[in-house]
Amino acid sequence: MIENIKFNSSYNFAFIDETTKKEIRRKLLKAICIPGYQVPYSSPEMPIARGWGTGGLHLTLALIGKTDTLKMIDQGSDASVNACNLRDFVQLTTNCKTTYDTNEATLIQTRHRITEEKLTDKQIMVFQVPQPEPLRRVERYEYKTRQMHAESDYAKMWLTLYEAFVKWGDVMHGAGYPVMVNGRYIMSPSPIPRWDVPNLNMADCIYLFGAGREKRLYAVPPHTRVEPLEFEDVKFHIENFKDVKCESTGYNIAYMDEMYQDDGITKKFYINDSNFLDKMIEKIAVNQHSNKYINQLKKNEQ
Amino acid sequence: MSSSIKNDWVLKVENLTKIYGSYSDETIALTGPQRGTNICPITGSIVACANISFELYPGEVLGIVGESGSGKSTIVKQLFFDMEVTNGNAYLKPYKNGTVNILTESNQKKRYMRNHLMGMVYQNPRDGLNFSFTSGGNIAEKLLMADMFHVGKIRERASSLLSKTEVPVARMDDLPAYFSGGMQQRVQISKAIANNPPLLFLDEITSGLDVSVQAKVLDLIRGLQRELGIAMIVVSHDLSVIRMLTDRTLVLKDGRIVERGLTDQILQDPQHEYTQLLVSSLL
Repeated sequence: MIENIKFNSSYNFAFIDETTKKEIRRKLLKAICIPGYQVPYSSPEMPIARGWGTGGLHLTLALIGKTDTLKMIDQGSDASVNACNLRDFVQLTTNCKTTYDTNEATLIQTRHRITEEKLTDKQIMVFQVPQPEPLRRVERYEYKTRQMHAESDYAKMWLTLYEAFVKWGDVMHGAGYPVMVNGRYIMSPSPIPRWDVPNLNMADCIYLFGAGREKRLYAVPPHTRVEPLEFEDVKFHIENFKDVKCESTGYNIAYMDEMYQDDGITKKFYINDSNFLDKMIEKIAVNQHSNKYINQLKKNEQ
Repeated sequence: MSSSIKNDWVLKVENLTKIYGSYSDETIALTGPQRGTNICPITGSIVACANISFELYPGEVLGIVGESGSGKSTIVKQLFFDMEVTNGNAYLKPYKNGTVNILTESNQKKRYMRNHLMGMVYQNPRDGLNFSFTSGGNIAEKLLMADMFHVGKIRERASSLLSKTEVPVARMDDLPAYFSGGMQQRVQISKAIANNPPLLFLDEITSGLDVSVQAKVLDLIRGLQRELGIAMIVVSHDLSVIRMLTDRTLVLKDGRIVERGLTDQILQDPQHEYTQLLVSSLL
């Protein structure tokens, strides 16, 4: 008897139906062609609510193949609830291989962090984005922000940086520092810390961004200029962990977590990227990102 | 010699027309000062201004005077790209040497002209200033639009502009919402001239101010004009403002120019009926 393969499973490979996947892939190609431009897409229904990582999930599911190795991280950790559940979901619907090892993964979905380990041209990183519109803070109407992007009318964005400097003596944007992509579009890098922002510049891998609730996706293709907004005399800088060290490794040139102890007063610092931390503890060589900010820190260390 | 002066204009406007609603070929003929209306009797469309042509020379101050609804503001709003035109051409010397009709350029180009080559002071400071940013920030916005990305230089320029317009520099980092009307207007003027534009539009700038503050603002404009030699178009319904500021005047009625000439001449010896009425009603 002929076995009916198609209806053996109650859902398609990688959950989303093939036509919708095709649509998302087409939109991704457009996003790659226009670095930093937000492409509207369908944002189909998922078994989780929009805004809980659906944007990232759409891209991951549209891209993943049977031979892919998936890594799923949430704020640097492979083990947090969000990461575990999303990883299990993708694994269940694709039966793909999963890993914690950054180096081994071909597809990495992340929430609010870039790995400390440098990614290669064989890897794709997918970001979950809550608010894709960097200009939303200065302009609440979508039709106006689109016009502003179209005409590169970014004075208001710059003005908020100026005003922040005047009020507080520094540009206070912590996570999601606005960046200029390829000298054309201002882009929200999703709420990654400043530490990660320079790692978007001239990378070997592809960075893809999906915002499910807002129905937008955008991309930074490999070897693309991504520059944080800075004035000629007020420069962008990354977080400083000069006086602290990771409790487990003694290393401090990485983005750190601040852990309050049970007494509620003392705190300890740990490297935030769980896989990077594991590799440091096991003394496995890691090819860490290098950029002018990290290089400066390393130079100061010597 | 006269030809060399003729070619020297900064701004040349030809047949500027703005009509609201659908109109027919006769609309313009059926409206105007002779008909005493700017509403077309056939189509019901409203002719805000029609066939406005004039030239503005470097360093010159041109007045546009007329009653409310005569189309004064419509003219400057169209030239500052706040409003789409129905018809007409305008040429700006500093932009591509005045060879291109600026009214049909792309939005991006128009934005460039607005940010680099023009300044506008509105009647209501709320139209020209962003009240959620500090007064220094408002000036910075104009400088940032004109590609100045050095905080130190921006602040230097902003404080020199504010002291020039007699706004206390100590209040540079305060919101304009906390300022008096006259001070807001002076911040707005600082913003408009921040990038040294060759062309400045002033739209009823003293209308909301009391008399002593009016005098100060007019004084300021005159001083700036003398010092910087900016070409200006001053729109006002107030003949004393026109007399004080302008060299040449256009008188507008029902969207048409009914009289033009040297300001002194128009005020001393008005030719058109409407201008005579206007001058005789001057207190």
